[in-house]
Amino acid sequence: MRKHLLSVDDLSTDDVATLFATAAEMHDVQRRQVKKLPALRGRTIINLFFEDSTRTRSSFEIAGKWLSADTINIAAKGSSASKGESLRDTVRTIAAMGVDALVVRHPASGAALQVSQWVDAAVVNAGDGTHEHPTQALLDAYTLQRRLGGLEGRHVVIVGDLTHSRVFRSNVKCLGKLGAEVTVVAPPTLMPSGVAAWSADAGFATSYDLDAVLPTADAVMMLRVQRERMSGAFFPSAREYTVGYGLTRDRLGVLGPDVPICHPGPMNRGLEIAADAADAAQSAVLDQVSAGVAVRMSILYHLLAGED
Amino acid sequence: MSAPPTEAAEPAEPAVPEGRVVLDTGDIARALTRIAHEILERNKGAGDLVLLGIPSRGVPLARRIAERIQDVEGVAVPVGALDITMYRDDLRRHPARSPQPTEVPPGGVDGKTVVLVDDVLYSGRTVRAALDAMNDLGRPDVVRLAVLVDRGHRELPIRADHVGKNLPSARTERVMVRLADTDDVEGVWIE
Repeated sequence: MRKHLLSVDDLSTDDVATLFATAAEMHDVQRRQVKKLPALRGRTIINLFFEDSTRTRSSFEIAGKWLSADTINIAAKGSSASKGESLRDTVRTIAAMGVDALVVRHPASGAALQVSQWVDAAVVNAGDGTHEHPTQALLDAYTLQRRLGGLEGRHVVIVGDLTHSRVFRSNVKCLGKLGAEVTVVAPPTLMPSGVAAWSADAGFATSYDLDAVLPTADAVMMLRVQRERMSGAFFPSAREYTVGYGLTRDRLGVLGPDVPICHPGPMNRGLEIAADAADAAQSAVLDQVSAGVAVRMSILYHLLAGED
Repeated sequence: MSAPPTEAAEPAEPAVPEGRVVLDTGDIARALTRIAHEILERNKGAGDLVLLGIPSRGVPLARRIAERIQDVEGVAVPVGALDITMYRDDLRRHPARSPQPTEVPPGGVDGKTVVLVDDVLYSGRTVRAALDAMNDLGRPDVVRLAVLVDRGHRELPIRADHVGKNLPSARTERVMVRLADTDDVEGVWIE
């Protein structure tokens, strides 16, 4: 495994298998009364978040704490960044305190890579702009692998705001690595430009018609409509988006009862996912959250536990 | 197309160790039978016993001891696995190792007599880690240690309660245990 986790590209297929095997053990630890393991005792992990986050940040914090690392959260609001300090100065200041890992979320694509070039600590990308979110892709794939018993040859449908989605970018790479057949579905305005060449190269399919794709889905992943990243009008109305691309009650009926429904959260209920689908027995949303802790424990363990 | 099993990933250790055989299959079987009897004698029966093997080769050894206890007492003693990877004191000296499964039997360990089972007792550091790992799982009444081979050179104040074979060795020598459950061959070698 490399020193940093900036992109799914940093991981070989074997690395992913190793991370998942360790995550499965971590998952068992979550059910114990004493959830702490001593593996990262004396290590310091800083969560540096320049964007709002609930689950990713708390998931990394819990993961670090259960491995006995000292975990500190820094949010951009209330930090020196809001006083005008540059990212480089903020990061180098924190690194100078002697931290072993930086978990970075930033609205600029490539921020985590930049940070990794400025510090000696291991850097984990917890989302950089519209580029990548590798730990989310790993926990999604881990959840689906456990639900489906394996991903080889399984048809995973990813639906939603692809243009702004780092989750989708990391997921097509990760799911592809594990042998899944991926189809991505979006309205034409939210399909990334140049997707034709990209999908041919990376080996995934694209579609504008959700109803045509759903019947063959072994798993469905709904993406959040990211209003905060949208500068223009990408669809006429929320209602129109739901009719064309939402996982509505009617579409839920088309899916088999064992087809897992994933959503990276936070969900816009009634927009991209109906409450019936979000709360259905086949919904994997809460599984994803608990898997998130296990997978992040595994990542932190493999990045930090061994010799430097 | 997957490769035939014989051409699978190269084993990290030689399939058949070199050196002198100190225990063969029959010796191992007899040693485990004696250990099973010793455990029962010490515990005055199979009541509240739990056997926890330390991966990887302690687990099949624990299972074999449980089979022998079943033969003698007619009681199925709970068997589990206790991984110690996350509790090692030398994690920082090697690339990160992947943890092995920990399986705690349904009854747990609280109030039980837990017998830890491992293949070789050497520095005692594995057992130290196992005691720490046990501490996070619960509070047994008694913890005992059974090993197939005790080769000496302890670095911590730890001793085994049940020993298959005391094997005086030099630090430069290597002791290798192979079991039919995990390997192609079975026996204990010293080199």
